[in-house]
Amino acid sequence: MISLAARDVLHTWGKFVFTGVGLGLLIGVTLTMAGVYRGMVDDAKVLLNNSGADMWVVQKNTLGPYAEPSSVHDDIYRSILAVPGVDRAANVTYLTMQVRQGEHDVRAMVVGIIPNSPGEPSHLLAGRQITRSHYEAVVDIATGFKLGQTIRIRRHNYTVVGLTRRMVSSGGDPMVFIPLRDAQEAQFLKDNDAIINERNRTAANPAFSHPEVLDAVINSQSSNPFVNAVLVQIKPGFSAEKVAEPIQRWQRLQVYTRDQMEEILVAKLIATSSKQIAMFLVILAIVSAAIVAFIIYTLTMGKIREIAVLKLIGTRNRTIAGMIMQQAIGLGVIGFVVGKVSATLWAPMFPKYVLLEPGDALRGFIAIVIICILASLLAIRAALKVDPAEAIGG
Amino acid sequence: MEESKGILIEGMRKRYGEGDTAVDALKAVNMHVTPGEVVGLIGPSGSGKSTLLKCLGAVIEPTAGRMTLGNKVIYDNGWQIKDLRALRRDNIGFVFQAPYLIPFLDVTDNVALLPMLAGHSNAESRKRAVALLEALDVAHRAKAMPSQLSGGEQQRVAIARALVNQPPVILADEPTAPLDSERALSVIRILNQMAQQYQTAVIVVTHDEKIIPTFKRIYHIRDGGTHEEAGEGQALG
Ligand SMILES: Nc1ncnc2c1ncn2[C@@H]1O[C@H](COP(=O)(O)OP(=O)(O)OP(=O)(O)O)[C@@H](O)[C@H]1O
Ligand SMILES: [Mg+2]
Repeated sequence: MISLAARDVLHTWGKFVFTGVGLGLLIGVTLTMAGVYRGMVDDAKVLLNNSGADMWVVQKNTLGPYAEPSSVHDDIYRSILAVPGVDRAANVTYLTMQVRQGEHDVRAMVVGIIPNSPGEPSHLLAGRQITRSHYEAVVDIATGFKLGQTIRIRRHNYTVVGLTRRMVSSGGDPMVFIPLRDAQEAQFLKDNDAIINERNRTAANPAFSHPEVLDAVINSQSSNPFVNAVLVQIKPGFSAEKVAEPIQRWQRLQVYTRDQMEEILVAKLIATSSKQIAMFLVILAIVSAAIVAFIIYTLTMGKIREIAVLKLIGTRNRTIAGMIMQQAIGLGVIGFVVGKVSATLWAPMFPKYVLLEPGDALRGFIAIVIICILASLLAIRAALKVDPAEAIGG
Repeated sequence: MEESKGILIEGMRKRYGEGDTAVDALKAVNMHVTPGEVVGLIGPSGSGKSTLLKCLGAVIEPTAGRMTLGNKVIYDNGWQIKDLRALRRDNIGFVFQAPYLIPFLDVTDNVALLPMLAGHSNAESRKRAVALLEALDVAHRAKAMPSQLSGGEQQRVAIARALVNQPPVILADEPTAPLDSERALSVIRILNQMAQQYQTAVIVVTHDEKIIPTFKRIYHIRDGGTHEEAGEGQALG
């Protein structure tokens, strides 16, 4: 037996291929949407991996430092170091802001780190880590900055000494690492007029009339003793939960383990975005189904007479239904191939990371085949209702 | 195998609808076409010609009567055969006013499709198709698509398709209507030749004045009943 479906497709291949390509672009968009979601999850995981931390110590009752603002005193890391099981602990700050280079500026997440401590980028693409305690920066390659360039964050210039790759915030902004002190200052920095005003106001306050008190107060005003979190590494053989417990209890701080942090980032921070994307996927699936149903129905309706003849000369319903269904599936396969290829081609052009997972492609393929089968049912129903007597006519 | 009786219709009636709106399209049809014979069926518009072909072709059910095709009683106040599709496929060749070839199959496969549907191998089916196309003088167009053929060539392919499973019966509904007189006569000539060669009983429904004189026997259908007449039986050159 010859394949009626294949012959029909070859005969009307132009119509078929056009529809397949149109459907394919739609499927490409669908796969890309899934990739955007996967990219967001991956960004979150990369953020956690790259921080090099096993535990995050943040302000009590906050989901900091990534999902909510958190602020802890910059000396608590010392007491954390004394907790059994803690190997290393370091302050860290995160601040999303515009970073300027020459004429243009880039939205980046500025990370304040202590050299040689948790929080420092784990490997560099080029250059070296920050060694001086001021005005050096390691930047992610996605910022577009180059080694040796001077970048400006708030009022200070930094020299780019190292480059990283795929160091991004949970929002997908590339990271710029600078020394912690500079970052603390940047977070807190007021403009010169504001500082002078503040000083004059403090000096005029009779409560601070004693000169030594005044100096101390002004000093405390112009420095920032806070950080966003303390990153903690645990000694081998200790469990994160065990180590977290005393810190949580005695120091009135919130501690998150790696798993908890991932839960916060994936379930809370990108929850709305993922629902948004799920909504898109549902709509795209419906639109694809409608397109396949419509085109297969139209193609079938154009063949009513042939179908009546096929029935008259003894073709079984199964054969006719199979022909229509194979065409629908064929359309889906063309669509999938076009979609997969176009998604692969355009994914790198997206500003944020788009992660196309083979598993998603497989699930997408199965979904498309199911959608095509369902969409062909309408046309199959119409074809089976065709009366072979129609071929004989009046 | 029992010898073919050709087409035998006894006391066949067909009523469309029920009650007040019922139409008695066929009231008392009696016909006999022997194997190898081509008979004409003529009658005014609305006299029931198409209805008769549809009943014979097992696509609508008669109301009463008895029909024998080949060596099988297919209807005796009820279908005697369950699988009407297989019945059509194996016993009846259809030729229509328009050829109704399958546009996405080439000429050979349009013909070969029937033996394939009957379970023969592709090679065997194509061999049979090509043999018939040769007999019908269209073998040189075997690889063409139907849309690339002339009207007469298409009709010959349609005849090949009707014959390829060597059915005992061929039903033709106005097969010459769109053709000029020379082509029309050639179609009838071919039907006659094939009928003789394969011992097929052929009924040709027609209004076509060009071909009516060629039949040796003609059934007139009037007021739902059939009346047999001798035709002129003109020689077909
Ligand atoms: N499906 C149907 N339902 C009800 N009445 C029908 C149906 N089909 C045909 N008829 C009626 O049966 C009668 C015979 O119709 P039929 O189509 O067999 O005529 P015909 O001889 O083929 O006419 P024509 O030469 O115009 O094709 C007509 O009165 C027609 O109106
Ligand atoms: Mg008619």
